[in-house]
Amino acid sequence: MTKNHESTTVSPNQIPDEWFRKKDKDLIEAEAVVRPSLSYWKDAWRRLKQNKLAMTGLIFLVILALLAIFGPVFSPHEVDGMDLPNQNQPPSAEHLFGTDEMGRDVFTRTWYGARISLFVALAAALIDFFIGIIYGGISGYKGGRADGIMMRVIEVLYGLPHLLVVILLLVVMGPSLTTIIIALTITGWVGMARIVRGQVLQIKNYEFVTASKSFGAKTPRIIRKNLLPNTMGPIIVQMTLTVPSAIFAEAFLSFLGLGIQAPFASWGVMANDALPVILSGHWWRLFFPAFFISFTMFAFNVLGDGLQDALDPKLRG
Amino acid sequence: MLAYTIKRFFMMIVTILIISTLTFILMHSIPGSPFNEERTTNETIQANLEKFYKLDEPLPVQYLYYLKSIVTFDFGPSIKKPNETVNELLARGFPISFELGMTTILVAVISGILLGTFAALRHNGFIDYFAMTFAVVGISVPNFVLATLLIQKLAVDYNIFPPATWSSPMHMVLPVLALATGPMAIIARLTRSSMLEVLTQDYIRMAKAKGLSPFRIVARHALRNALMPVVTIMGTMLAGILTGTFVIEKIFAIPGMGKYFVESINNRDYPVIMGTTVFYSTFLVFMLFVVDIVYGLLDPRIKLHKKAGDA
Repeated sequence: MTKNHESTTVSPNQIPDEWFRKKDKDLIEAEAVVRPSLSYWKDAWRRLKQNKLAMTGLIFLVILALLAIFGPVFSPHEVDGMDLPNQNQPPSAEHLFGTDEMGRDVFTRTWYGARISLFVALAAALIDFFIGIIYGGISGYKGGRADGIMMRVIEVLYGLPHLLVVILLLVVMGPSLTTIIIALTITGWVGMARIVRGQVLQIKNYEFVTASKSFGAKTPRIIRKNLLPNTMGPIIVQMTLTVPSAIFAEAFLSFLGLGIQAPFASWGVMANDALPVILSGHWWRLFFPAFFISFTMFAFNVLGDGLQDALDPKLRG
Repeated sequence: MLAYTIKRFFMMIVTILIISTLTFILMHSIPGSPFNEERTTNETIQANLEKFYKLDEPLPVQYLYYLKSIVTFDFGPSIKKPNETVNELLARGFPISFELGMTTILVAVISGILLGTFAALRHNGFIDYFAMTFAVVGISVPNFVLATLLIQKLAVDYNIFPPATWSSPMHMVLPVLALATGPMAIIARLTRSSMLEVLTQDYIRMAKAKGLSPFRIVARHALRNALMPVVTIMGTMLAGILTGTFVIEKIFAIPGMGKYFVESINNRDYPVIMGTTVFYSTFLVFMLFVVDIVYGLLDPRIKLHKKAGDA
């Protein structure tokens, strides 16, 4: 005891070698980091892969996108190729999804419809994304008076009945691809702006942002490097959920007769055209567009749900 | 609470004003007048027609007339059916649309809450999987697709329900079912997730420890708190059901307001479009106002705050 006490007073250079003991090999291995360190995105992807429903949705969407791009190539029929003797034929080897009242091939038209429906939805989601990020970002980052005024504007816009505004716009501007996208985004960006603002408001007070500022980072750099990457999770979720509602809105408008005009056809237009003949038993006219509208919305919804869980840092396991 | 109500009330007025102005601007930004499209009318008749609809006045004056028509709730005669006024159309169509909408809301709220609650109580059980499958499918299938499927199966193939019109309770089944499924699915999903959260709370364990019956625990203690998120989305849901009535009324040939609205769009009948839009949006904005106030009354946090203020 006394001897030990004496020996602790030696200076570090004089520590005798026998005091050191080689560490057991197992101990070294036990302390090693077993799980590779993952970035936020890799971790989110890992968790998304475990969600079977969300992955089913993702795979369906990839197949759908491929079919929308390449589907018409495999079909021998033109999108507006009329064949009056063969009108309203049920599905067959020649016409996989049957034909409509002008003898046009429903299979080919379905993939052209997919192009239009997906294009409208993705364009609407992207434009919402940019306007929402800029408006919400400025409102949340500036704070104070500017934020107050910008939020009042949003509150009023939020109270507007969106589909009514969209319908009015379409009545005035006439239905076309561009008008539908404009009409959908004019009311759609508000939700995105609210989410971005809420996120920015929360994150801008975190220590790492203060640290950046104290290193002399300028506002644009803070927005680009600190704020945006950390708001991406909820933004992506919001985008995946915007797409199905845009697809629904487009189909809904087409159904009211305000959709894309002939000879082009979106799924909504095809479903609307099929309505008068549904009672005469031409089920394939409605079934295929309706099936793809529903399934695409389903896929985006489950993917959005899965992403919501996967991108939530609180659920990080 | 009172200050909040007053603030919300003014915001409602501003919103209605904006919608009305937007409608006016949009309607008048179309080139030409509603009369000079297909037939060429005599110049005097044209002038008289324009005078009758006050289209000869300068725009600001027309705008004032328009605001007056909104405040007095008199939208004048329809252009395409001159012997009918917009008010008559609204008076005829609105009760039917209201009946359809209200039945839908009742069905959606009651069955959605029941389904969500049972799903939460049997977490990961059969009812839970059934309810969640139903919820995802219900959210994904647009109401007009569901409507046509229902007509095809239940009206045409099996002849259980009449396929169209609106004259007896049997006629109501299919349209209400088609319109209610989506909102019902959303409510079921929300109720389930918030119910699952509430059921793990300490006060529920406390209620169990006191020996309360499971029914009483759920009905009195859990549901009240679990339903807050459902009240929150009632506003957007109302908007969805309201616009949903347009297509449902079209498919089932129900003579409601939606029918006149869609018709007026296709006929470019401006007074009717303006009248119905302003009416729809006022109704909707007012309902949103009511939902917000009810939410404030229900939210226990606001009550707590008030008590703290009283003490």
